[in-house]
Amino acid sequence: MATEAAPGEETGGLVFHPLDQFIVKPLFNPEGAVHWYTITNVTLWLALAVVAIVALFVLGTRGRAMVPSRSQSIGEVLYGFTYKMVEDVAGKDAIKFFPYIMTLFMFILFSNYLGLIPASFATTSHIAVTGVLALAVFLTVTIVGFVKNGVGFLGLFWVSSAPLVLRPILAIIELISYFVRPVSHSIRLGGNIMAGHAVMKVFAGFAAVAAISPFAVLSITAIYGLEMLVAGVQAYVFTILTCVYLKDALHPSH
Amino acid sequence: MASETDNVAAGAADAAAAPGMPQLDFSTFGNQIFWLVVTLVVIYFVLTRIALPRIAGVLNDRQSSITNDIAAAEDLKQKAVEAEEAYNQALIDARAKAQDIIAEAKAEIQADLDEAAAKADAEIAARTAESEKAIAAIRDGAVESVKVVAKDVAQDVVASMGFSADAKAVTAAVTARMKG
Repeated sequence: MATEAAPGEETGGLVFHPLDQFIVKPLFNPEGAVHWYTITNVTLWLALAVVAIVALFVLGTRGRAMVPSRSQSIGEVLYGFTYKMVEDVAGKDAIKFFPYIMTLFMFILFSNYLGLIPASFATTSHIAVTGVLALAVFLTVTIVGFVKNGVGFLGLFWVSSAPLVLRPILAIIELISYFVRPVSHSIRLGGNIMAGHAVMKVFAGFAAVAAISPFAVLSITAIYGLEMLVAGVQAYVFTILTCVYLKDALHPSH
Repeated sequence: MASETDNVAAGAADAAAAPGMPQLDFSTFGNQIFWLVVTLVVIYFVLTRIALPRIAGVLNDRQSSITNDIAAAEDLKQKAVEAEEAYNQALIDARAKAQDIIAEAKAEIQADLDEAAAKADAEIAARTAESEKAIAAIRDGAVESVKVVAKDVAQDVVASMGFSADAKAVTAAVTARMKG
């Protein structure tokens, strides 16, 4: 990608490294190796997500006020929003999974928005992160499904409303789609965040050329606005899909 | 062309440092997964131990206080309706009482008036009787005076004619005349 600059404009210093922002490196020794325990830029931005969540949900609700302060009412809105989503989508008996879903939602939401701070590191753009989240959901849903329904959970793949001849074929399709879920679940989130950040970096590269820099700056602004939307929507989509999968696990019949 | 190959070389060097997408650099996966799990566990415990029970408590308190307030408002409204009824009843009672008092006062005044009228009548009657008596007395007195004056005049008339008048005879004659 770095070699795609038009030859006539090379003197303007058109250099594209749109993916450099995603490189994981140690925080205190950028040239050092990355071991599993190394404190990296990933660690920093994960920790900042924790700090932000603690600030909103612990410090913000400190007053326990009957008439909430601003931060407390934001916390209450997020709580109510997620609670209602779990209740409406996954059903009343899914309420005991509410803290788990709230954790996922808040982590993704805060990480997405922290990743939009200029020069920050978008942890949710990494397939390693979203993959772990999606696999955790997949394993939870599968285990809950078998624990709650036993073998009956396999009824999820046996579409009893379809004609008998079609059922084996549908079962294969259902089975494949079930196992593709964690892949699509993780790539949807990681891909969206990565693509948005990469596009902004590309436009930022164009901003070095005087003739098109106003256009590039306007484009960055527009894409940034779009990314603000994407950050919220992708967190919401990830969470609501988790609720849908959970509903399948609790009520596997079609 | 030379610069292009340079760029390619530089790109290759970059690629050697970080092969392809950093997302697919599996050497960093262990690090990311480890810290992600730590993060999620911390967030989970912060939410379940502190934040969620606290927010649930606040929402519960608010809901119950709203319910209580609505019940209290309903109660007060009921009381207001009762108070209005009592007020109206009191107004009706007061009106009835006022009518009674007016009637009583009227009756009393009428009685006083009647008494005063009777008294006045009696006084007027007494005065009338007294006046009549006085008039009768004056009339009698007048008749007596006329008698005396008549006797005197009769005696004087007789005397002037050269006769000595007998007082008795004159008196009898005047009295007889006056009766006539």
